[in-house]
Amino acid sequence: MGASDFTKLPHIGEALKRKEDYRYLTGGGQYTDDITLAAQCHAVFVRSPHAHARIKSIDLAKAKAAPGVIEVYIGEDVAADKIGGLPCGWLINNPDGSPMKEPPHPILAQGKVRYVGDHVAMVVAQTQEQARNAAELVEVDYEVLPSVVRVTEAAKAEALHEQAPDNHCYKWAIGDKGQVDAAFAQAAHVTRLDLVNNRLIPNAMEPRAAIGSYSRATEEYTLYVSNQNPHVERLLMTAFVMGLPEHKVRVIAPDVGGGFGSKIYLYAEDVCLTWAAKKLNRNIKWTAERSESFVSDAHGRDHVSHAEMAMDKDGKFLALRVHTHANLGAYLSTFATAVPTILYATLLAGQYATPQIYVEVDAWFTNTAPVDAYRGAGRPEATYLLERLVTRAAWETGLGQDEIRRRNMITSFPYQTPVALQYDTGDFPALLERSNELAEVAGFAQRKAASEAKGLLRGIGYSSYIEACGIAPSNIAGALGARAGLFECGEIRVHPTGSVTVFTGSHSHGQGHETTFAQVVAARLGISPDQVDVVHGDTGRVPFGMGTYGSRSLAVGGTAIMKALDKIEAKAKKIAAHLMEASDADIDFVGGEFVVRGTDKKIAFGQVALTAYVPHNYPLDKLEPGLNETAFYDPTNFTFPAGTYICEVEVDPATGVVRLDRFTAVDDFGNIINPMIVEGQVHGGLVQGIGQALLENCIYDPESGQLLTGSFMDYAMPRAGDVPNFQLDTLVTPCTHNPLGAKGCGEAGAIGSPPAVINAVLDALRPLGVKDMDMPATPARVWEAIEAAKH
Amino acid sequence: MQVELKVNGKSQQVDVPSHTLLVQLIREKLQLTGTHVGCDTAQCGACTVLMNGRAVKSCNVLAAQASGAEITTIEGLAQPDGTMHPMQAAFKDCHGLQCGFCTTGMVMSAVDLCHKHPNASEGEIRDLLEGNICRCTGYQNIVKAVQQGGQAMKAAA
Repeated sequence: MGASDFTKLPHIGEALKRKEDYRYLTGGGQYTDDITLAAQCHAVFVRSPHAHARIKSIDLAKAKAAPGVIEVYIGEDVAADKIGGLPCGWLINNPDGSPMKEPPHPILAQGKVRYVGDHVAMVVAQTQEQARNAAELVEVDYEVLPSVVRVTEAAKAEALHEQAPDNHCYKWAIGDKGQVDAAFAQAAHVTRLDLVNNRLIPNAMEPRAAIGSYSRATEEYTLYVSNQNPHVERLLMTAFVMGLPEHKVRVIAPDVGGGFGSKIYLYAEDVCLTWAAKKLNRNIKWTAERSESFVSDAHGRDHVSHAEMAMDKDGKFLALRVHTHANLGAYLSTFATAVPTILYATLLAGQYATPQIYVEVDAWFTNTAPVDAYRGAGRPEATYLLERLVTRAAWETGLGQDEIRRRNMITSFPYQTPVALQYDTGDFPALLERSNELAEVAGFAQRKAASEAKGLLRGIGYSSYIEACGIAPSNIAGALGARAGLFECGEIRVHPTGSVTVFTGSHSHGQGHETTFAQVVAARLGISPDQVDVVHGDTGRVPFGMGTYGSRSLAVGGTAIMKALDKIEAKAKKIAAHLMEASDADIDFVGGEFVVRGTDKKIAFGQVALTAYVPHNYPLDKLEPGLNETAFYDPTNFTFPAGTYICEVEVDPATGVVRLDRFTAVDDFGNIINPMIVEGQVHGGLVQGIGQALLENCIYDPESGQLLTGSFMDYAMPRAGDVPNFQLDTLVTPCTHNPLGAKGCGEAGAIGSPPAVINAVLDALRPLGVKDMDMPATPARVWEAIEAAKH
Repeated sequence: MQVELKVNGKSQQVDVPSHTLLVQLIREKLQLTGTHVGCDTAQCGACTVLMNGRAVKSCNVLAAQASGAEITTIEGLAQPDGTMHPMQAAFKDCHGLQCGFCTTGMVMSAVDLCHKHPNASEGEIRDLLEGNICRCTGYQNIVKAVQQGGQAMKAAA
């Protein structure tokens, strides 16, 4: 079925209320910490209080003797049992072809700790309180070493790892440097910009949690874990860390309270619990306290970049040159190395036909928590850099923020960028024009005058983003260093009575798959979404899966479901043909009925389903009974959602307070199944992006390496009063290479919004002579910038 | 120590250590796991319950302080036949939730907010929700749900 036929089906494009909401709204959700297993005991982790230290000795005597303590494990126990370190899933090579530095990432420290929060010991006790109390009694003698937290200072700091004496993990480059340098030599104007992409802490509202369980009777492990991709978690843990038979391990990610990337990864705690569950023959639960989440969840962003755009006399882009230092933290998290390279530099063409682009990335180890994908993952960093640069170029050349974008936008597809990606479709000028209209840009001058009358400054900021979603064609990802496939799996189980259970390798942690996927299946089979249930997050029930991240669920997971539905339809047609004594080729499936073309003969889907399981009148000689099909889908390209965002802010020059007054987002996500859910995804993404631009900043003390923003009292999470209502619209150019025509919508808001906000702040401050502003634009920073510009 | 209290209309006698928090009593002793713990500094509001009709963060109340109190958790908000409270229904109708984790606390806060401020404006609702953090929704649909749920509560009163 093609994407255009698909959108005409019932329930497609319908704002169906979510099937999962009742359980969440009535307290019936089952998050990992809500699960209590028989004779469950509790684990607490002893974490490093130092950013960098050698462990001289550990005295466990008092802890082991404490009430209720069952066992205390340290790095030596892990080494004795030959449990490996956590693997990195993406290999990046240096320009000379040598591989990145890949030092061990132990699940419990082996002689050294490398960031505040690094795992030193695991205490297991009968109750959580006993485990906590005993953890206080673990005596670790540390020799504190000098530490480094800033990426630009990593090169001259004390080495974290023997394998990387200068703390350098890799250098990576893309593009033709010679051509770029030549274009710069010819340029009429060059715009330059230095910027920092501030480090963020994801802070899903459900802290990470896990329960390790083992059955001696069956030799089977079960791990409940708050995670976005249980099959990958299992694969990494069994094949690369513990050497366990994969079929003996079941990973269940039940209701998961938000992820935003931070729950993609295999974490040390998950392995420790699984390992200890067998050793102790006990069910062991661990739930992070929020302060633990702050120090031990993978963080996001943390880039320091220099960018230059070469232009001709008309403001047409000739070439882009970028250098980025990326902070990877103390160890390589699961996808850490792909974020500042494959997911970043390849997006730097943006929506523009810049003929030449060269990007160089240096990635470094520092004494901070590992950095990995956080909502957008590389693409927000690319968009922030490019869209800040483009707006600055507009101001330097005297063009409007919209005009410079319009002049440089790609208008014909497919479009091969100079940084590897090929965009299949889009209409970038239309998004810009619609955004201009919806944002009532024509009235900006009047609103600005009204603000000025109140003594306030008003600014407008643009951002035209593109992202690559639907990760990814496995062969291309493999050539770029991925150590896994990136397909998805879906199974459709039609029950004898015609209701359907869908098993998907995608995982919902707020995205509403139980509703959206049910709409897809109901539309195809001509049944009600109420008759379709979606199962996800359990390796024991779902055949396989690569999980949810990179806005891939609908484009890749949804397509796997479509492929399985194709098989269901093909088989059901054969059954229907048999029942109606017609040829397979003469059967059409329309509105839930099989029809013999050109006749009034028809039979309902439910009748066919029943026949498949009660095959009394059935072509058993050539067709198996049953109606249950599985499909794997490997995409042929990335998908490319795009949009233009326009932000208006009011700045109080006396206090530096920025008030976000208006925000308009016009997106192209391809075909939309459930517009209500899509809007919700955009809202959430926007507030995370606005949070980065105005509020959020992860700060480590440069001297001690202590995390200074380690609680919700120190790390400014956006609250309801910090943001306005948003103006949204969508335009549609269907994705050309999946049957849903879908592109993905989960990350767009977080990708597109930060530069729109900062461009607006700078536009407001321009008359005062302020030229630059790093995120977050807090009142203190804005006020200081205003004061500095006076002198 | 013995704590006697009424939870969702049912009298309970619970034996807990004196430093037990109300949220621990609710989750661990009564297995009412709809009340969530999202932080350790009384900031996020995921653990919000009604104590004598007033929204409190149950991570910031000792179980002993709830002695003799009437507690309503999210499990006690719907009618006995499972029909959702107007505020719950409004959250569903307005897509005011995504992952669901903050939702239960958010709904309990919203019920209290609308009792105390039945005519709150959108801006006032935003300010009054300051004690509840949501990472998924961007708040727009939560605010809409509180407005709609508040109207429905007034109509039902």
